[in-house]
Amino acid sequence: MIHVENLTKKFGDFTAVKDISFQVDSGEIFAFLGPNGAGKTTTIKMLTTLLRPTDGRIHLGGFDPWVKQREARQRFGIVFQDPSLDGEQTAYENMELHGILYHVPHKIRVERIEHLLRLFELWDRRKDLVKTFSGGMKRRLEIARGFLHTPKILFLDEPTLGLDPQSRNQLWTHVKGLNEREKTTVFLTTHYMDEADRVAHRIAVMDHGAIVAIGTSAELKAQTNTDSLENAFLALTGNALRDEAASSTDQMRRFAQMWQQRR
Amino acid sequence: MGAIYIMWLRELKRYFRSKAQIAVSLGQPTLYLLALGFGFGPVFAKAGNGSYIQFIAPGVIGMTVLFSSIFSGMAMLWDRQFGFLKETLVAPVPRIQIIFGRTLGGATVASLQGLLMLIVCLIAGFRPMHQNGVGHNWLALPAAGIFIGMIALVFAALGASFGSTIKDMQGFQMLMNFMVLPLFFLSGALFPLKNLGAILTWITHLDPLAYGIDGLRGVLIGNWQFSLTWQFNFMFDFLLLAGLAAIFLGTSAWLFSRIEV
Repeated sequence: MIHVENLTKKFGDFTAVKDISFQVDSGEIFAFLGPNGAGKTTTIKMLTTLLRPTDGRIHLGGFDPWVKQREARQRFGIVFQDPSLDGEQTAYENMELHGILYHVPHKIRVERIEHLLRLFELWDRRKDLVKTFSGGMKRRLEIARGFLHTPKILFLDEPTLGLDPQSRNQLWTHVKGLNEREKTTVFLTTHYMDEADRVAHRIAVMDHGAIVAIGTSAELKAQTNTDSLENAFLALTGNALRDEAASSTDQMRRFAQMWQQRR
Repeated sequence: MGAIYIMWLRELKRYFRSKAQIAVSLGQPTLYLLALGFGFGPVFAKAGNGSYIQFIAPGVIGMTVLFSSIFSGMAMLWDRQFGFLKETLVAPVPRIQIIFGRTLGGATVASLQGLLMLIVCLIAGFRPMHQNGVGHNWLALPAAGIFIGMIALVFAALGASFGSTIKDMQGFQMLMNFMVLPLFFLSGALFPLKNLGAILTWITHLDPLAYGIDGLRGVLIGNWQFSLTWQFNFMFDFLLLAGLAAIFLGTSAWLFSRIEV
């Protein structure tokens, strides 16, 4: 479903992603693990046509997303690391806007919006503006939205960041359920080892822009002679802390969050 | 087509949902109209130019449309911060449709604001005049609507071009001080553009809003009094604005299609 060959992204002198290759099969749940700044989000951005790769080849469900951009975009859904909902519109309107942008026919759109909003327990709040939602509800809405156009591939970039254990648990149950029922291929990144261990069929560990190990949870543990995925991860990536530079966008985003809370 | 419609609709929903915003954004032009209109009135009349309220009303209507339309385009900065921009960037529709929908929505909202300001002006005592300056001409209002729409479209597209380019609040402030305010002050909204010094005359010819205000004032109070309008010619002003709108729309579509996040 996803084929990546020798993918590289350079920002000036800095190489964010170094010559990575991997493959994700149809119907698989594939997790990307890695410390901050390892290049996970950059990789997702390149896979989802938001960032042009410096070098390398990508195939998504048979399409090169940089040649057949619209065909590729129609076939994947994405839940971003930070929210991408329109707070000034209601939950239902956010779903509808998405359905129209993704060419979901009216009748199917109405049915699927109701089905997904009920599934993610948001149907009662469908007429409320999204800016009044809690973090967990926004996350659920984003994931429901990602499934609306029945994508072949769903990208989840740290979908459980900042959620309580209940929400995390419920979210993964839904994602696993939809993966089984709709045969959606899921590509996710996370910091939580237990989640990757629980939901992912295969795991790739990324560090400093390169893939350092790839395999099932059991294979990674065997490879590093450790008893848990967390220890395997630390054995592969070391104990040093990573610093990420904050861009002006990050600063603005923090400002925007503060401003949102004050209202 | 669905994409253009839904993006247009989004702008309208946001507008009608923030009732306070509607009132607030009419406040400043109303202040200009009343404070400057009545304040400078006696001086303006003494200089032999007639009623200043009559003169400034098309100016403050243009001002309302300018600010509303250019901010709608720059509102993309907020969508960038709150994240919604990305949702539209990965959608399987040509990005040109997204930006057209947004821009048309912004222009529609700005036109509505301009029409509301026109009503405020009428309440304050402004009256549309015949071209020869004799008697009220209510039929001038539809023609004024055309110029309001053209100004809205030109500056919504210009704002969208900036919105696709600027990434933070500093850039926004800079554009506000070095672009939007000069556009407004040099447009002839507040003072006649006739008989200015050579440099100022040259600069005002480069200000797109000057042609919009000129057209608006021309249709609303006529060009009977030579010194009030600038160079009023309905077709010339209209075609120039239409050309600028096309150029700015093209520019914004090109800049928007190149956004990477």
